[in-house]
Amino acid sequence: MITPYSGPWDRARAAHLVRRTMFGCTIRDVDTALAGTLEQAIDKLLADLPAPEDPVAYTKSGGVAAGQPWVASSYDSGTDGQRLSFVQSWWIDLMLQQQFSIREKMTLFWSNHFSTSHLQVKDARYTHKLCTTLRELSLGNVKDLAMAVTLDPSMLRYLNGNTNTKAAPNENFGRELQELFTIGKGPEIAPGDYTTYTEDDVKAAAHVLTGWSDVQASITTKFTSGAHDTSDKVFSSHYGNKVIRGGIGESGARRELDELISMILEQPATAKHLVRKLYRYVVDYVVTEDVERTIIAPLATMLRDQQWEIKPVLKALLMSDHFFATERIGCMIKHPADLVIGTIRLFQPEDLFPPEQNLMHWAYRTVRRTMATMQLDLFNAPNVAGWPAYYQEPQYHELWINADTLQKRVKFTNDLAKDGYLLDEAYEPSMLDPFYAARLTSDPSNVRALIQEWATLFFPIPLTAAQIDALVEVALGGVPETVWTYEWNKYEASPADETVKTPVETKLRTLLKTMLAMAEYQIC
Amino acid sequence: MNRRDFLRRSSAAGLLPIVMNGYGVRAYANSPLLEAVAAAGCEDRVLVLVQLQGGNDGLNTVIPLDQYGAYQSVRGNIAIAEAQALKLTEAVGLHPQMAAVQTMFKNGQIRLVQSVGYPVPNYSHFRSTDIWLSGSDSEEVISTGWLGRFLEHEYPGFPDGYPNATMPDPLAIQIGSVISMGLEGHAANMGMAFTDPTSYYNINNGNTAPGVGARAGQELTFIRKVGQQIERFATPVKNAASRATNKSGKYPAAKTNPLADQLKIVAQLIAGGLKTRVYVVSLSGFDTHSYQVSGGAGSPVPHGTLLNQVSVAIDAFQDDLRLLGVQDRVMGMTFSEFGRRIRSNGSGGTDHGAAAPIFLFGTNVVSGVLGANPTIDTAVGPEDNLPMQFDFRSVYATLLKDWFCVPPDTVRELLYRDFPLLALIKGGSPTSVSDAVLDATTSLSVVPNPIHDIGRVQFICAPGPIRLSLFDATGREVAVMAEGSGNGSGDVLLRASTLPAGIYHVRLQDARSVRMTQVAVVR
Repeated sequence: MITPYSGPWDRARAAHLVRRTMFGCTIRDVDTALAGTLEQAIDKLLADLPAPEDPVAYTKSGGVAAGQPWVASSYDSGTDGQRLSFVQSWWIDLMLQQQFSIREKMTLFWSNHFSTSHLQVKDARYTHKLCTTLRELSLGNVKDLAMAVTLDPSMLRYLNGNTNTKAAPNENFGRELQELFTIGKGPEIAPGDYTTYTEDDVKAAAHVLTGWSDVQASITTKFTSGAHDTSDKVFSSHYGNKVIRGGIGESGARRELDELISMILEQPATAKHLVRKLYRYVVDYVVTEDVERTIIAPLATMLRDQQWEIKPVLKALLMSDHFFATERIGCMIKHPADLVIGTIRLFQPEDLFPPEQNLMHWAYRTVRRTMATMQLDLFNAPNVAGWPAYYQEPQYHELWINADTLQKRVKFTNDLAKDGYLLDEAYEPSMLDPFYAARLTSDPSNVRALIQEWATLFFPIPLTAAQIDALVEVALGGVPETVWTYEWNKYEASPADETVKTPVETKLRTLLKTMLAMAEYQIC
Repeated sequence: MNRRDFLRRSSAAGLLPIVMNGYGVRAYANSPLLEAVAAAGCEDRVLVLVQLQGGNDGLNTVIPLDQYGAYQSVRGNIAIAEAQALKLTEAVGLHPQMAAVQTMFKNGQIRLVQSVGYPVPNYSHFRSTDIWLSGSDSEEVISTGWLGRFLEHEYPGFPDGYPNATMPDPLAIQIGSVISMGLEGHAANMGMAFTDPTSYYNINNGNTAPGVGARAGQELTFIRKVGQQIERFATPVKNAASRATNKSGKYPAAKTNPLADQLKIVAQLIAGGLKTRVYVVSLSGFDTHSYQVSGGAGSPVPHGTLLNQVSVAIDAFQDDLRLLGVQDRVMGMTFSEFGRRIRSNGSGGTDHGAAAPIFLFGTNVVSGVLGANPTIDTAVGPEDNLPMQFDFRSVYATLLKDWFCVPPDTVRELLYRDFPLLALIKGGSPTSVSDAVLDATTSLSVVPNPIHDIGRVQFICAPGPIRLSLFDATGREVAVMAEGSGNGSGDVLLRASTLPAGIYHVRLQDARSVRMTQVAVVR
């Protein structure tokens, strides 16, 4: 099986675990991880949490007063765009406020895996519902997820399940279910044969799925008997020539759906496809033959043996020797949520955002848009395959970084560190508190120690001595390090004296700006 | 309307009244402003700032030979021997390690400005550096730099829309790994840092730290490659560096003189055709609290070695500029965040002080020494400092107006108020007045001296704006006795009854220059 990690359980390893399971890595998260053993930390990361409260209307919206939940109220085309932004802000808030848990990162994983776009879903209540379902099942059972997503109102709209009828079958969902969501498409070995399934399997699956559609009034799913194809569905040899007997009525159709999902999940390729995708999300995008054999295959077996429960697989992966190998440290490129949410979490977010709920929404909207300009927008996947960084060979994660997005990434950290991050027109540009950041270190009066500790906090890998020297130079511009100590102590003695505070603050900000703009900050 | 447009539009209208008022155009032919108006020729002028970090000891850089005895008496453990000082004038000597600068002085390429500082000294490295770089008052915090404001004014909206045809190159370049606060604008920093134009700066060199996995290394390399693509100014800088080769044989071997190494790059980039306006280079190690002469703990590199590096580097740079054919476009200036105490300390060093001399260098300086030697009293205490003779912002105002051809109204905007201009740049303003003329036409005295409670300050000076103020022995301006427009002379009461006993300096600034005199208050 997978070899568990048996090396030291220290800050560097704890930070690695946190970076891969949460957004960013705060000192508090690392402390929490180190409060117990590695296994206890992972159990805590995987523990179930109560469902969050439903999103509220951050401002008065249609007939809903500010501060009130709206997801049960009726659809309103005039305010739907606004409501979508409420859901987005709600999720941004959940990410920013995340506890020591992998839940939000896994919710994002599934929301990319089962990607939808609000441009087609067009009802923010739907979008909220799918997000809630994915969060609730994010650490649950793959089969439950596949069943729930198949009948989810958003997905029925997005992949046209709601127009898939006996008279006019629509293959869209039946195809993506296999190509992307479960078994995955292999090489085309014969016309219409994709190694793991065939074109005929797409058609057969589509027939199984006929009859289901969304009900906007109640944001639920209904079954229409007349629209369901009750004939037997025959699958290819890839599925052992399985025949799903036609069912009558809603219970019959549900039984067919259950058989379809079970049939797909029984194929070894399905578990491998899902485990590989998860591996690329939390470990590394490079999957060598060795990794395929020693990590993907045993975990896929485990996923099936464990009746498709996600937690045991994640636990085995995160506890593995492989996960903690030097080679895995810092080999991922941060996705925009890692970068944006992670950076904000690092520096006391409560100080950055306005306390008023309505203003907070505009601020969260800016955060969401910042991520969107870096090519990760919530509920707006570029296409049904999700973000190319998790499927597009051979670049994968590198697709997050190009001349345009790197500038935006660096501008974001520049703004937060020194130039001012404009969260809302009504608000002064926000900047992180460099003194808070300095006090995260054990001895801010020692500039070299400060830089070294910041480096371990910001970067997954160590810096060279020359890089540290260059950063000391950035902070001090050539004056001796004792001068820093003197100036810092003077600031501590009279923190209100602007003529003492400002020069120290400027140097801290310049240092933060420089460090957060380093390539090392883009990896995790 | 940007300044360039303004100059173009005003050139036609501006020349006419000058001629009509009866001034010969020739008389103005040397005026940089007029040149700018006529030929828009100031855009190719370059300023090179040489920052001496740590607080350079001015009294051991420029030795007041006319007061050698007093100097020797207060600095016995570090004093430069009288015979070894390199004479610039009968009264002014240079540190013996600055022979190259002495030669440049003789060749008319040095303007030495005595006792430059600001009215209320601050002894913090950080704060005083910020004061110098921002051009702020001592008590006022300004987050932009004086050159940042200048460049922001010249190139509005930067960095949006740049590089472009007007300015294809970085506005300012700092040699080193950090961009100077002096280049900070309101919206962005106007500068760009390079350690070596052919590579990215140190921080972005490959990470080869032990324990970094190959996969992390691959991703870092990828990100850096993209980073270099987006560094819009990297290519022009590299190209410029490849177009020119240093020509002077005076540069010392690489890595033996950090300042020379930096200035060598600057010369290469200027000659390579960069339109960059400002370069900032620096040398550190001037915080000489102990072992200043011999070197040792606290001052690992002896002060003399540092000054030698400055002197050799500036001379080689100037020689290179000449050989590269760009010397007339370049003006250099040294500065440090403060000078040091008058009296040396018991560790063979000097503590943080106030005013100190600066050097301007280039073919366009008004050569010679500006200002009188500071007065050294053998009675000074360990805390006592040289008062400023010239406000550093007078130097800035002059460089902006006479070197960069910035209109006076704009200079005021950039520096927040008017500062008297100094005779620093050929053809600039004010018209240079020789010391002899100054001596013959101005006077400043206090009677009686010493005084007990009331004395009289009597002066003759140029008519026009004056400021008559009193500095205490620590170099702090403690009273302004007269300010405003004067008719060329005055007789002002100095009420000393509430002043603590001690040494004071009376400073008189008129439109042309500054005079200072020392007065003792006794009880």
